[in-house]
Amino acid sequence: MTPADFGAASAEIFLLCAGSLILIVDLLLGDRRGQKTYALSLLTVALCAVLSLAHLPLGDTAQLAFSGLFIGDSLSIALKLATYVAVAVCMVYSRAYLQARGLMQGEYFVLMLFGMLGMMVQISANSFLTVYLGLELMSLCLYALVALNRDSARSTEAAMKYFVLGALASGLLLYGMSMLYGATGTLEIDKVAAAIATGDVDKTVLVFGLVFVVTGLAFKLGVVPFHMWVPDVYEGAANAMTLLVGSAPKIAAFAMAMRLLAGSMPGLSDQWQQMLMLMAWASLAVGNLAAIAQTNVKRMLAYSTISQMGFVLLGLLAGGAVGGGCCERDAYAAAMFYTLTYVLMSLGAFGIVLLLSRAGFEAESLDDYKGLSRRHPWFAFLMLLMMFSLAGVPPTVGFYSKLSILQALVQVGHGATAVYAMLMSVIGAFYYLRVVKLMYFDAPTDQAALHAPLDMRVLLSVNGVAILALGVAPSSLMNWCMSVMTSLVGGG
Amino acid sequence: MIIEWLAFYAFSTVLVLSGLAVILLRNPVHAALSLVLAFFTASAIWMMLHAEFLAITLVLVYVGAVMVLFLFVVMMLDINLDRLREGFWAYLVPGLVVGGIMIAEMAMVVARRYFGPARLPHPAEAAAGYSNTKALGQVLYTQYVYAFEIAAVLLLVAIVAAIALTLRKRKDTRYVDPADQVKVKSKDRVRLVTMASEGE
Repeated sequence: MTPADFGAASAEIFLLCAGSLILIVDLLLGDRRGQKTYALSLLTVALCAVLSLAHLPLGDTAQLAFSGLFIGDSLSIALKLATYVAVAVCMVYSRAYLQARGLMQGEYFVLMLFGMLGMMVQISANSFLTVYLGLELMSLCLYALVALNRDSARSTEAAMKYFVLGALASGLLLYGMSMLYGATGTLEIDKVAAAIATGDVDKTVLVFGLVFVVTGLAFKLGVVPFHMWVPDVYEGAANAMTLLVGSAPKIAAFAMAMRLLAGSMPGLSDQWQQMLMLMAWASLAVGNLAAIAQTNVKRMLAYSTISQMGFVLLGLLAGGAVGGGCCERDAYAAAMFYTLTYVLMSLGAFGIVLLLSRAGFEAESLDDYKGLSRRHPWFAFLMLLMMFSLAGVPPTVGFYSKLSILQALVQVGHGATAVYAMLMSVIGAFYYLRVVKLMYFDAPTDQAALHAPLDMRVLLSVNGVAILALGVAPSSLMNWCMSVMTSLVGGG
Repeated sequence: MIIEWLAFYAFSTVLVLSGLAVILLRNPVHAALSLVLAFFTASAIWMMLHAEFLAITLVLVYVGAVMVLFLFVVMMLDINLDRLREGFWAYLVPGLVVGGIMIAEMAMVVARRYFGPARLPHPAEAAAGYSNTKALGQVLYTQYVYAFEIAAVLLLVAIVAAIALTLRKRKDTRYVDPADQVKVKSKDRVRLVTMASEGE
């Protein structure tokens, strides 16, 4: 332990101190403490961002800290910054919703902050131990957040399902990690990779462990056949919690996949590539076909998540398909770009659901969106952008992110898979465009005015415009992803 | 050597059987007691691996504290077992088939060939005066301090979540605030009213 260790993890340490402080201060704030805790939490996230930005001109060298448990590299900084944005947006979007339902408690924000800490630990993990601890910290906060809406039987049921299946997934992941530890004798990710590269380690045991690790990972990403919890949790949780569960954790799950698959087991890419391929094919089919049958918007978006995560898997497997060089970097960068833009779209789409919800009314049914263009043309336009982007219609960013994944696939010779992914996206476009049709061509059934505060409306507009702007000029974000991946896997 | 071998298999057999008993016994108190037995035998196996500190902690913390609490909770809750076990037999056959196939497959992969005693050399004898506890304490607070702190945060979150989920003010409970009770004055309780006596 040296001062340099503390410097590397300054954002995490600050967040832990601030979170604990808010936990105490919240009790002393008196009236309207929810609002004050909300403001303090947002401030904490902003200060974390400042601390992380201080590391920004990082170069290509990764900084290890705490005897190899923690890594500060460009991937960790980039993904942490994205996590801050996602969590802050979640807080702003959910404030009015929580207030209207009497859920505006300090614990909500404190748990969100600790959950964010878990994501950060996961993102800059350089050891199986920290990957697992970060994952558990994040998951525990999310289970509690889903269950916080205690008076709703649906939320309790969703939390229970989430908890039981999440615990099972953690157990599988841990079992796989213990096998890898048994085979290589180390928990540190770079050392595991080095031990595998020597070729002295028995492959059978490694692959045995890998199967369990990939299964645990698939549970957390929510891809077929480990997707059963996704629709139930999305539907059962209160809208504000669905927003959180469906956005920032995806960034952490992507980081975990990068660390475990690309970081520790590049030597086994032949094996994990096959598993990812099977899961991606199944996810694209189940996600897109099942979403067509849904009448609940949250359930529909949950199946949409499953198919979108299938695309992320395609990017990852394309990265594993080639040994080094610029193709590998391009594929991983495409997967990262896809994840980040997906989180942005998911925030926007669930943001609209939150915007239309009010006290005693959850805008969950597809029918609630009928004639939205006549009631609120601007927000209907924003929802149209989200749906176009999720479907992959140009000029929104969803088109570009799908294109870059397909490009990476074709580059490594998976042309048939690329064609299949494209076909499935076309099928998927049906249910996204159905929402657009309901908004623009049907008569409104619900005439209530919006109650959303100004900050949420402005942020939602920025969110929608960002999707359009990134679609027109994706190069800035893509170059960023490229430079991150260049420092991680080389090439370029 | 042969005694060590026999002891290991004896403890392992008891461990597996008591583990099965935890999920198969009808009475939850018996199940909890089987879990105590499982912890005991697991700690004996750890003792054989020279992990004295972990073995003692397992007995002290889990058997001594956690399980006692668990037993109290199980005894106080009125669990309707028949409802909990609804569908148990219906799920048993497919569960056994799937589980059996998985165990068989796993056994084929991680058989003696990879994890047999021959692959794991006997650890070197520790020097006299070597303390397992001291060594553990040293790495726990230096090398693994980051993970240790995160685990501590995990417990904090568990406490926060448990309180947030269970603490609720009920409107229908009759609750007396002791502070109000102490501060109360006689004139708050009894109101003396002067009124003219009623005539005949």
